Amino acid sequence: MSESSPEPMGSVQPVADVGRRRLLTAATGVVGAIGVGAAAWPFLSSLQPSDRARIIGAPVEVFIGSLEPGQMTRVQWRGQTIGIMRRTQAMIDNLAGNNARLRDPESNVAQQPGYAQNLHRSIRPEVLVLNIHCTHLGCVPQVLPEVGAQPFDANWMGGFFCPCHRSTFDLAGRVYSGVPAVLNLLVPPYSFIDDDTLLIGVDPEGAV
Amino acid sequence: MAKSASDLNRQLNRRLTAVGEWVDERMPVTEFWKKHISEYYAPKNFNLWYFFGSLSLLVLVNQLLTGIFLTMHYKPDAAAAFGSVEYIMRDVQWGWLIRYMHSTGASLFFVVVYLHMFRALMYGSYQKPRELIWILGVTIFLVLMAESFMGYVLPWGQMSYWGAQVIISLFGAVPYVGEILVEWIRGDYLVADATLNRFFALHVIALPLVLVLLVVLHLAALHEVGSNNPEGVDIKAHKDSQGRPLDGIPFHPYYTVKDIFGASFFLLIAAFIIFFWPEGGGYFLKPDNFVQANPLVTPEHIPPVWYFTPYYAILQAVPDKLMGVVLMGASVLILYLVPWLDRSPVRSLKYRSWPSKLALAIFVVAFVRLGMLGLSQDSSTFELRLWTFLYFAFFALMPVWTRLEHTKPVPQRLGASESSS
Repeated sequence: MSESSPEPMGSVQPVADVGRRRLLTAATGVVGAIGVGAAAWPFLSSLQPSDRARIIGAPVEVFIGSLEPGQMTRVQWRGQTIGIMRRTQAMIDNLAGNNARLRDPESNVAQQPGYAQNLHRSIRPEVLVLNIHCTHLGCVPQVLPEVGAQPFDANWMGGFFCPCHRSTFDLAGRVYSGVPAVLNLLVPPYSFIDDDTLLIGVDPEGAV
Repeated sequence: MAKSASDLNRQLNRRLTAVGEWVDERMPVTEFWKKHISEYYAPKNFNLWYFFGSLSLLVLVNQLLTGIFLTMHYKPDAAAAFGSVEYIMRDVQWGWLIRYMHSTGASLFFVVVYLHMFRALMYGSYQKPRELIWILGVTIFLVLMAESFMGYVLPWGQMSYWGAQVIISLFGAVPYVGEILVEWIRGDYLVADATLNRFFALHVIALPLVLVLLVVLHLAALHEVGSNNPEGVDIKAHKDSQGRPLDGIPFHPYYTVKDIFGASFFLLIAAFIIFFWPEGGGYFLKPDNFVQANPLVTPEHIPPVWYFTPYYAILQAVPDKLMGVVLMGASVLILYLVPWLDRSPVRSLKYRSWPSKLALAIFVVAFVRLGMLGLSQDSSTFELRLWTFLYFAFFALMPVWTRLEHTKPVPQRLGASESSS
């Protein structure tokens, strides 16, 4: 009843067990942090492409049986323009002669899946599959397959010319030295369903 | 080796202190923390009923957070809204969880707020000097009702549509300008895209901002006068030499830890509902709302969501459109008057006698019973009127019984009553 009767709890107990308190605080903190992390997961995950976007971004089948040598067709895959060209034997033969003028002739930078890291940057030498958005700022370059002098290059061996900032690529999508773009054109993952049908967006079975 | 580590630690501490001082000279962060958290002295005898304030805050944060993420996928367009909600439920990664957290959160918001309000009625927390806390709280409740109603319209299902139709039509009862008002609220000659679009704006921007502001003011007013407690004892009357209430304990760590403990239980229940019972048996999400809004087909029965049914029952009890709306509005607005209707010299129910206890019990039963009647389509008119009468009688007669009833003496200090009894 008097002023002194209700003592604060701390002074009744002799000494606080600091070690025990620290352990409990740490354990609560850790469990709480795990809980917050688990709760944050669905929220962050919801910002990923939805199932609808994933279906729209699904692999694309392309029939290339009617593609003539030297001809190129374009398809859309995940909003990107994919160029598919059946190269002639002459085009393939010309590729090696150009190496000195290219920035990354060996395709050392990973701008292609492992199975396309070769001279012709493709699974089959004649079938070229490229994401033809310029690696500089994303324009779609023009296709100029003929060998012969061009206003921008007196010794043009055939390839891609970007009208936006004058970047040039050869017929394997390899970038020339001295242009704004520094990376080779991207080779998307793709595989062959059969001889005449491509599947853009899926690696060949067993490929790395 | 050990010495250098402790040296490093000390150096780091010094740096952190310096940063803290730099900030404090420019903005009173430490002062704010002390005033509202670490040196805010709350009565030491808070019980279970004192969880619901902090839980309301927790649900508010949940609604804001899940709402932001829903807004990223939702489309406020009469042609696309329903589809976008189904898109959230089926296609957005974890979208179903975020939406159920939001829809369940809305119902749980009213659960905790109703319990929070009941606590205030029970312990007289609205009495002087806490009238403003109560007024701000009732205003929060009103805004919350508007917020949840508009949120319920957004999925653009049949219940959304016809609920909006009914609620907006209530404004048509206003004499002379009713029809003009209704048209102005809808922004069209029927509930339509324009209505949905403006409700979206109010639901995601305007009302949440108002709600957060009101919550800040509610807490500012609370921290100015200090918390009430189950005994209704004023702990500020007895302070130690440093001005700390003798029967108070700092909010942090004592009540932060207690509230976290309460929050864990609450989250456990909430998680169960969200994962196993998200539609709440039709009480949280009505089956008819899984059908897209159709202005040509009215559902057979349009009951409001459970937290509105008591007021809906009062509306049904009155055989006149205008009077029904007035009485329904009055049933909520009358709460504002409670601090002045209560003439009791003591706060807590513990020190009042049977008339107060009986009155509060009747009020709670009336409220719950009206809620049940409001859900049903064929409630008896007599019963509707009886409970409506008792609902209002609670407020109307409060000045009488609170003045006349015998009250027990309130102890000077907390803990004194326990030692004497």
